[in-house]
Amino acid sequence: MEHKEPILDIKNLSVSFRMYEKGLEQKDLKVISNLNIHVDEGEILAIVGSSGSGKSLLASTVLGILPKNASVTGDMRYYGQPMTIELQQRLRGREIALVPQSVEYLDPLMKTGKQVVGVRGTKEKQRLAFKRYGLQREVEELYPFQLSGGMARRVLVSTAVIGDAKLIVADEPTPGMSKAMAEEAMSNFRTLADEGKGIILITHDIDLAFEYADRIAIFYAGTTVETALAEDFGRGPEALRHPYSKALWEALPQNGFKPIPGTQPYAGSIPGGCLFAPRCLYKTEECLGEIPMRTLRGGEVCCIHAD
Amino acid sequence: MLIEAKDICFSYRKNRSILEHVDFTMDAGERVALVGPSGCGKSTLAQILAGYLKPESGTILFEGKPLPRKGYCPVQLIYQHPEKAVNPRWKLSRTLTEGWEPQEELLKWMGIEKEWLSRYPAELSGGELQRFCIARAMSPKTRCVIADEMTAMLDVITQAQIWDVMLKMAERRKLGLLVVTHRMELAERICTRVVRFEELVEENPANVL
Repeated sequence: MEHKEPILDIKNLSVSFRMYEKGLEQKDLKVISNLNIHVDEGEILAIVGSSGSGKSLLASTVLGILPKNASVTGDMRYYGQPMTIELQQRLRGREIALVPQSVEYLDPLMKTGKQVVGVRGTKEKQRLAFKRYGLQREVEELYPFQLSGGMARRVLVSTAVIGDAKLIVADEPTPGMSKAMAEEAMSNFRTLADEGKGIILITHDIDLAFEYADRIAIFYAGTTVETALAEDFGRGPEALRHPYSKALWEALPQNGFKPIPGTQPYAGSIPGGCLFAPRCLYKTEECLGEIPMRTLRGGEVCCIHAD
Repeated sequence: MLIEAKDICFSYRKNRSILEHVDFTMDAGERVALVGPSGCGKSTLAQILAGYLKPESGTILFEGKPLPRKGYCPVQLIYQHPEKAVNPRWKLSRTLTEGWEPQEELLKWMGIEKEWLSRYPAELSGGELQRFCIARAMSPKTRCVIADEMTAMLDVITQAQIWDVMLKMAERRKLGLLVVTHRMELAERICTRVVRFEELVEENPANVL
């Protein structure tokens, strides 16, 4: 079989921000480092991980909507073409669509129906999307402040799915939605993926992600620590590779709700070697050295002790 | 009774009422989960109980008296969207100390980094902001916390950490805790009682007739 080019292929991506420290002194704050992911056609890649690990920044990086003080290094390719600023400008909103994380992305002064139609949509498409997500006809005549949290979230999802995007980046599309509605949204993403689109799904609802996604990338402190097959999460901590992924699994309310102590390292004070080492039970001397990403049991892991 | 809401009616638009004759009571030390479909009025009820919205009819009593109109409100609401609950032009140190001065220990428990205090809300992630909103509400004068999808935007480990702190505080201070959530697993894990929003509406005899 001919190997198809992935829709999006990201290698060794780093993102840093230029910040003022004291007076006119500036420093670079690296928030994403050596990140590798790829999305194929017809695939849902779920990205889970700690809050503030750079998941949403990755979304902004893919769309090229980072603030001015950010600098990006590394290799990012869209169907094999290098992703330049001009290409990003051409693609976003057309071939790459975003479901933003914050409901603040809605224009507060525009009725939701009109916002969802946007520049390139049509009324029919918008009504179809609203119907799909269980939003009533009169919702299109409402302003964002009149919506509940879950309704606003469904409006945001509608904006992304009405176009003909090849790649959808969904940044936490489900919080505030009821379980049934979230499952509906997920199965819609699944349908879109089965039609040949690629979907990056950034989420905290791991239990939902593993039911609908193909692969799961686990983020910690600005890098991927593991890429697992979605089934691995269903099988439990033994099937997972990285200690952080196991800890995530065990922290789910239905699996013990067990918090591990500590916080993820702050972007300004990233330790050398393994980023998870300060909180890890299996930590040894070798963890302080360089840790390469390696293939293990059909996934990838960034840990020397994983087996 | 810590909170007693009687016969609450509320509507945002004329003839489209969202809450009709809703009764709700909660005792000190009780942890109640409120679940229900999206857009049914859970957040509205939360805002009414915390005194942010005035019901069209009905009464809300806190320890037998109406909620104080002045000074610190003993019922604190933690919003679903932290980015909407902080002043974008204030540094977070100012937001954090709006109501009281949290001790360093609490900040450590909540996982708040010292460096974040000198930043603006736009420079932090949603999950990081939410920790500030929680710490801000946990003054010793708080008697009841209403958490409206408080941890939906946090990763599961941070969720577990924050609920661990919250539950310990609630236990020690005998706080009332109302948890609005969509996640049954979470509700069953942390709450002593689960209330379905539909039940609140149906139970009232005024609605049966």
